[in-house]
Amino acid sequence: MIELFGFLLSGVTVGFVYALVGIGFTVIYNSSGIINFSQGEFVMAGGMSTVFLLKAGLPLGVSFILAILITSMIGIVLYKLIAFSKNSSQISLIILTLGFAIFLRGLAEVVFDKELHTMPSFVGDGAFDMFGTVLTYQSILIMVVSIVIVVALYFFFKKTKTGQAMMAASINVDAAKLMGINIKKILMINFALSAAIASIGGVLLTPITSTNYEVGIMLGLKGFAAAIIGGLGSPFGAVAGGLVLGILESLIAGYVSSEYKDAVAFVALLAILFFMPGGIFGNTKAQRV
Amino acid sequence: MLRVENLSCNYKQIIALSDVSLHINRGEIVSLIGANGAGKTTLLRTISGLHNAKNGNIFFEGQDITKLESHDVAKLAITQIPEGRGLFSILSVEENLRLGAYLRADSDIEDDINKIYEKFPILKEKSHEYAGTLSGGQQQMVAVGRALMSRPKLLLLDEPSMGLAPIVVEEIFKAIKSLRDNGTTIFIVEQNAFLALSVTDRAYVLENGKIVMSGNSGELLKDEKVKEAYLGA
Repeated sequence: MIELFGFLLSGVTVGFVYALVGIGFTVIYNSSGIINFSQGEFVMAGGMSTVFLLKAGLPLGVSFILAILITSMIGIVLYKLIAFSKNSSQISLIILTLGFAIFLRGLAEVVFDKELHTMPSFVGDGAFDMFGTVLTYQSILIMVVSIVIVVALYFFFKKTKTGQAMMAASINVDAAKLMGINIKKILMINFALSAAIASIGGVLLTPITSTNYEVGIMLGLKGFAAAIIGGLGSPFGAVAGGLVLGILESLIAGYVSSEYKDAVAFVALLAILFFMPGGIFGNTKAQRV
Repeated sequence: MLRVENLSCNYKQIIALSDVSLHINRGEIVSLIGANGAGKTTLLRTISGLHNAKNGNIFFEGQDITKLESHDVAKLAITQIPEGRGLFSILSVEENLRLGAYLRADSDIEDDINKIYEKFPILKEKSHEYAGTLSGGQQQMVAVGRALMSRPKLLLLDEPSMGLAPIVVEEIFKAIKSLRDNGTTIFIVEQNAFLALSVTDRAYVLENGKIVMSGNSGELLKDEKVKEAYLGA
């Protein structure tokens, strides 16, 4: 029982990071119909930038914020590339994001290095004793920050004019244009927002799992799985998907073998696509014509 | 107010409009009738900047708007209710109305929402329901209300009668007429020629992308060729 509780806690912690990556996938998919396979590299860029800014002697808070800004700028660069090739098919644009991901990995290898890096926990290395198992301060921080981001996103989409414009554009892009919404600006905000959220996940996770230039491959795919499990339509579905995935992974690693941990995401992904293509909530997004 | 000059457009390599010229004066209510596929929707989409013109020009209040992007056209208070209404289905009725006022920053938005609710009381009852769950007629009311929230100078309507029961159509057209009485200039594109000709001042007939006839709506209604082709008489 104590064991199970421990597995659940670590599953939820990493699940929230998958959720943050998954939110990025849905936000971009909703507005542009594109699966952005650079999403994982946004996570890497966030973590690696923070590590190296810290090494350069900047304080943690400043490094954190700069890393988010840098990653958002990378998101905007990707948007500009996509906007530049606006007459291409969606498949070409998806391949463009894959190419951009490979480019970012290469760039990180050159600008930074190939070593594995970690950084101190933001809130100290302490932990709570929870019914015989430990809950580290960093885990708590990940959960709290993720929940704050999700709640803030909810209010952003529901209560602000820009958020509503983003919703409108994702539901009916032509009607949104007729309302006077500048769709290019909205798309750019979406890419920057997705990158920012992913990079926060990357920074938060680094003290726990370390980071290097290719950590984005696996995190990107896990985030993608989270988004698909959640139905690839709602950012909040991606949160549920991420949590489900994180917990499943943690349970398999704990009770079966940690060697199978990474397989969980892909088996879950295939199972969902075969048996519940609308995600665990069964939403099917109407095709935009 | 609106002047279209020698406009030609392609739709997926096919010529959708060729050499179309028409004008709409301030305060008028004008219709464009024609069969399915005649190019009516393409014309409205081109005016609104959703579709590129191949040749020709569109002027609004003397300004050339042919190459403007859709959000810049909207800034000139040219508002379109697109084919199929274009509602934001998973947003509430009130959120849809508010998005109609997206370009406005004044303090009368709340007042205007209440005016829409006075005009269509059923929308007030359903203000927090998803727009996509409403009946066809109610959805058309949301579409009209949302368009009014932008305070249009020129209102473009694409097939307002489509998919609606005759009694609902009557109600919608009554609302449209009352808009004109308040000074809004209106351009209606309709397949239902009888309906369009009976509520408008002037009309154009579009056939295979070309304007083949134009004139006073009352006279067109009596015209033998129009009767034969569009009124089923």
